[in-house]
Amino acid sequence: MLSPGEIIYQALFYLFAGAAVLAGLRMILTRNPVYSALFLVLAFVNVALLWVQMGAEFLGIILVLVYVGAVMVLFLFVVMMLDINLATLRQGVTRYAPLGLVVAGLIIAEIVWAVWGHFLGVGNTPQTAASALSNTRELGTEIYTHYLYAFEVAAAILVLGIVAAIALTLRWRPATKHQNPGQQMRVKADERRIRLVDLKAGKKGEES
Amino acid sequence: MGLSATDYIAALPEIVLLGAICVLLVAAVFLRETRDAVLHYGSLLTIAVMAIITGFLLRDHQMIAWHGNFIQDGMGDVLLLFCYAITGAVLVYSRPYLKERGLLSGEFYVLMLMALLGAMVLIQAYSMLVLYLGVELLAISMYALVALSRDDGTASEAAMKFFVLGAISAGALLFGMSWIYGLSGTLNIGVLSAQLVGSSGTSIGLWVGLGFVILAMAFELGAVPFHMWLPDVYEGAPSSMVAFIGSVPKIAAFAFFMRLLVEGLGPLHDIWMWLLTAMAVGSLTIGAIVAIAQPNIKRMLAYSTINHAGFILLGILAGNALGYRAAMFYTLAYVIMFVGAFGVIILMSRSGFEADMLDDFKGLNERSPWYAFVMLMMMLSMAGIPPFIGFFAKLEVIRAVLDVNMTWLAVYAVIMAVIAAFYYLRIVKLMYFDHAEDKQPAIKAPADLRLLLSVNGLAVLGLGLFPGGLLALCGIVFGI
Repeated sequence: MLSPGEIIYQALFYLFAGAAVLAGLRMILTRNPVYSALFLVLAFVNVALLWVQMGAEFLGIILVLVYVGAVMVLFLFVVMMLDINLATLRQGVTRYAPLGLVVAGLIIAEIVWAVWGHFLGVGNTPQTAASALSNTRELGTEIYTHYLYAFEVAAAILVLGIVAAIALTLRWRPATKHQNPGQQMRVKADERRIRLVDLKAGKKGEES
Repeated sequence: MGLSATDYIAALPEIVLLGAICVLLVAAVFLRETRDAVLHYGSLLTIAVMAIITGFLLRDHQMIAWHGNFIQDGMGDVLLLFCYAITGAVLVYSRPYLKERGLLSGEFYVLMLMALLGAMVLIQAYSMLVLYLGVELLAISMYALVALSRDDGTASEAAMKFFVLGAISAGALLFGMSWIYGLSGTLNIGVLSAQLVGSSGTSIGLWVGLGFVILAMAFELGAVPFHMWLPDVYEGAPSSMVAFIGSVPKIAAFAFFMRLLVEGLGPLHDIWMWLLTAMAVGSLTIGAIVAIAQPNIKRMLAYSTINHAGFILLGILAGNALGYRAAMFYTLAYVIMFVGAFGVIILMSRSGFEADMLDDFKGLNERSPWYAFVMLMMMLSMAGIPPFIGFFAKLEVIRAVLDVNMTWLAVYAVIMAVIAAFYYLRIVKLMYFDHAEDKQPAIKAPADLRLLLSVNGLAVLGLGLFPGGLLALCGIVFGI
């Protein structure tokens, strides 16, 4: 028999997990891309709550901060700024649907087969860490010792991402309207940038 | 808990390279007239320094560092040295070509060196996490290199296809790795292998993971069923980028197979052998037959790469030291031939003209007997005709397959090699027995390019006449 605490714990788990699954489904099935992005945000928030429930508060908070706060908001802006033609998006659904259904069916069958069987065969499922450990501290220690090499390589990938993105998008075409910060900074205040013109008061229609 | 000096010394080439990339990146912003020369010779100097460091670190036993994320062993060191040499050669080949097209920017050098860093990380990775990061570092640099000529529609299209397929394969790789991790509870290659030996029987989940991981590897190597990107990328991308994309990443892909499949999932050899056999048969067939119909030499060489990928897989699927030695020898022989062939294509191109159609090679012998001869050596070597290196590479691979009693596969590979020989020999025929349709100007190129291309051509001949040294080197690293 489960204790009341365990029942609440399980109920919360199924609440968050169910909401995440539903949000994921709605994200794919909804027609408006803005709603899709918002449902993805909902799915992220629910997964973050699941993580917090498992004792990984730091990861949960980071997920909300980074994915919900930054990535998805940026994504929403992009979706809103692009003029997406829904008709062309929906074109060819019937053409590709059979193949998609076959692939989806295969993957679902594989997962069900593997999970249903004897809970995955070899090895153990990872246990949640003892609650006495501060998981933020542990993450930091792990990243800067055991995974330092991988961490540095990931940093190199980020540098590469910036270089590649700038190399591919930054271009100086004569027609573009852009600021030249250097030129702006060089302007001196005493140079007469504004010319004050005295206008004589006169009657309407009269040349000044 | 912490890291010791040996960790840093083992990864010194990577550290030097990353430092040099940062310096060159900043230098590219501030230098004006001297920029191209500083970046070019700075990159070459960095590569030379790394080669010296790797030479000093060379050892025949393996050392695992960085808490099991990094491995330094003989195979890795030899592959690294080849990566340095090939990258250096590509830099020398591409300079005049890119200058004429206005693509010789600071980003080009940064992206090339980043790709080299990705290949190095992949070659020396000893955990699935680092393997994945190496794949990404290499792949993202390559996408950007292909897309670098932005005003070219075909290049952008090629980059887009490359990127989408690459993203799918990276997803498959992560998915497969997560299954393997979930079932074994470890990311480390050595621990994974030990666990698989210890466990009795294999679960279905492990097969799922294995299948997805192998799909991603097929993408890296350019083997069927993930070969579709090769022809489009080769055709669309600037020739000098292709010279890189077709060579160094293939060395890294070979290391990827060796690290994850052989060292990590080696106990599952009975299962993955059949997957690799199917991939090899598909690659050999498509590479040999579809290439015949290509009027574009870059597309033709793309299918040739697929064909060679099939041969490399033959060596790996044999599953013993003899097979691995043959596959490594084949990989190294292939990159030398490939870079040489693209060197000639780059040499023949000039401003506003890409020598990428087969007809452009008509009568090359009349215009430039020596470079026609270099191309002849590359083509005969790729076709597997003695005394060139390609012959011994094919011979070793087929010997390894016969050694594990897969005679039918060996016979099939030979038949496909004979079919493939047709399109290599067609180039020879065009160069020597046909006449150019219109008057082409004489070939002009800087001295360093000419010299290096000649050395490259003679290497194919020299290593073919005396294959013992390289073969022995490939043997030592696998303990034979």
